[in-house]
Amino acid sequence: MSWQKKILRVNLSEGSSSIEPLNMEWAKAYLGERGLASKYLMESMDPKADAMSPENVLIFATGPLTGTMASTSGRYAVVTKGPLTNAIACSNSGGKFGAELKFAGYDLLILEGRAPDPVYLHIVNDHVEILPARELWGCTVWQTEEWIKARHQNPLLKIASIGVAGERGVRFACVVNDLHRAAGRSGVGAVMGAKNLKAVAVHGSVGVTVKDPKRFMKAVAETKDLLESSRGRKGLTKYGTNAMMDTMQEFGGLPTRNFHEVQFEGADRVNARAMMTSKPNGHVNLLTNKACFGCTIACGRIAHIDERHFTIVNRKEYWHASGGLEYETAFAFGPLVGVDDIDALTFAGFLMNEHGMDPISFGGTLAAAMELYEMGVIGKDDTDGIALEFGNAEALTVMAEKTGKYEGFGQILGLGSRLMCEKYGHPEISMSVKGQEFAGYDSRAMQGMGLGYATSNRGACHLKHDVFAEDMEDQSGRGKAVPCKESQDRVAMIDSTGLCLFTTAAWGVEEFRKQIDAACEGDWTEERLIACGERTWNLERQFNLAAGLTAADDTLPKRLLEVPAPSGVAKGKVCQLDIMLPEYYEARGWTKDGVPSEQTRKRLGL
Amino acid sequence: MHKSLLIDPEKCTSCLQCEMACSFEHEGVFNPAKSRIKIFEFEHGRRAIPYTCTQCAEAWCLYACPVEAISLNMETGAKEVAEDVCVGCKVCTIACPFGTINYNQDTGKVIKCDLCGGDPQCAAACPTGAITYVDADWTGYDRMREWAQKTHSQPSA
Repeated sequence: MSWQKKILRVNLSEGSSSIEPLNMEWAKAYLGERGLASKYLMESMDPKADAMSPENVLIFATGPLTGTMASTSGRYAVVTKGPLTNAIACSNSGGKFGAELKFAGYDLLILEGRAPDPVYLHIVNDHVEILPARELWGCTVWQTEEWIKARHQNPLLKIASIGVAGERGVRFACVVNDLHRAAGRSGVGAVMGAKNLKAVAVHGSVGVTVKDPKRFMKAVAETKDLLESSRGRKGLTKYGTNAMMDTMQEFGGLPTRNFHEVQFEGADRVNARAMMTSKPNGHVNLLTNKACFGCTIACGRIAHIDERHFTIVNRKEYWHASGGLEYETAFAFGPLVGVDDIDALTFAGFLMNEHGMDPISFGGTLAAAMELYEMGVIGKDDTDGIALEFGNAEALTVMAEKTGKYEGFGQILGLGSRLMCEKYGHPEISMSVKGQEFAGYDSRAMQGMGLGYATSNRGACHLKHDVFAEDMEDQSGRGKAVPCKESQDRVAMIDSTGLCLFTTAAWGVEEFRKQIDAACEGDWTEERLIACGERTWNLERQFNLAAGLTAADDTLPKRLLEVPAPSGVAKGKVCQLDIMLPEYYEARGWTKDGVPSEQTRKRLGL
Repeated sequence: MHKSLLIDPEKCTSCLQCEMACSFEHEGVFNPAKSRIKIFEFEHGRRAIPYTCTQCAEAWCLYACPVEAISLNMETGAKEVAEDVCVGCKVCTIACPFGTINYNQDTGKVIKCDLCGGDPQCAAACPTGAITYVDADWTGYDRMREWAQKTHSQPSA
């Protein structure tokens, strides 16, 4: 119950598929989604395999609560070895695709091998077809969704696909579903492209049942009420995640111009208020908010660009509504590259969804390229004649499109900042961990965030821990290791349920527990749930160690460790990772070399 | 007094809680594919519109049924399908101008909104008030009020 207890395994090399029973022992140890998929990944491949080779395995995973009436039940995860980081990648997404995969009867979809020619997968319950996608190769995500629905005369299909960026191996290509939701990070879309898999289209009518419907509906009603009345939820509904822009700006944690600064003079032109404010000509960026499947928060933004704006004035195909700015996109296309033109940011955001790319990594890579340009390391000869100066809105939108279409200098940007900066002899310019670019929080102002970035198994990421409150309270590295570790375990558990992390605006572990316990077999306590999260974290770590990563990769760029913050609450401070990291390894029960000790492995059953 | 489902698309976020509530009430399973109410998205997701049976006074589905499987519930005003009588001929699905009565392959019968016997679960589940259940004579009340308010706030001539 709640798990479908079925896995769909597809071997793309052989063109075959099979339905297997879910390993329930693993399901009870790892829940679902991120945790369970990590376990299946570990058991299905050699972590040393090249991320872009047929030996890599790509898993789409739902959680036990995906497709139920629990609020935010639309989540699914894409787990694989990431080409941006050469580490385990787990990107999660909302929209409606994940729930549909569950309704078709599957907990996991496991994709192995590489199709000899481009294909897409068509799944309607037990009916599974691997179909030719030669006509679709070269199409955008948006064209692909339209084409597949028309081809099958089935508007009920939910589709996850890649654009040209994924086909051509842009290292931060993502998987986009339902037009503007994405499993965004670590290049999971490039892995899909390397498998010659353009899209997964699914419709399900099997549905999802729960163990104790009466108790489950009661738990769902209580947790929804809690969310409804919370201040955090109200803020997300009204302003979206971009409300964070003002908090970071005021605090001095808003990475600006490739982390040279931590406050941006143009922040109030690209923040949540700016999205809602009428321009002198009457144009308002934000149209409405939108929910993912089952979500009672609805933080998603639907926006449109001013038709008179230089980016689309002659391009009517963009005169429509689409996914609007989230905080990370607004940060990465705004402060990080010094641009304060909200229409340009919105257009670049549209392009990310249309072509299937991660805005955080694209913004981080463009910011690094801008720094190289201003240093004189690269010039207009390299950049197709575009002045890659900080603040140049045209550079942002032109390069977003070139990268999405894999043209010109976009092919260099498609390497990601680490490889690009190494290519030009300046690895120190890449603001990344394990090759993945930072989100919109500067770790000199937010020390616990810095530790979270350094130790995240998928490279720099703001969503794998939650020490926000501690960081706002105290700008030193003291006492951050334990809350960082504990929140990483908690978040790993939440990422494995099928629900969204943003519910933590109102929910603690108990709110997840009572829903899981009513829906799923087994007696679920908070301890057992947290153990699932800790087990997942350690398993991901073991994957990375087996892939060849070491403690030396748990670090931050020198700019954060040695160059003091120029302003804000942390003015004059650097990130004290040297204090936090040894404490963290100890809290984790790892050796000084960052390896889970035998005792820790035994305790977690690893 | 009968009540009607009142739909305000402006408030719909397309979360599909209504579709899950509907399938759960009628089938005991979370399954939008078996929902009597559907959300339709337009303009690249800008608009989301819930749509279901409006319980026509002169219900064409009811008159089209050759075996009298569809009847009026006097309490609620809903036109209800008697599963044990329905033979799955689908004539009602042709008769309905709005498409809100549909065939269910799994049971061989048709399904349509029955207002959950007077406690519609879609309205109960809707987190934004896009679906409410109101006096059937006054579905326009809120909209009238809104326009009245606008008139009130105009400066007088």
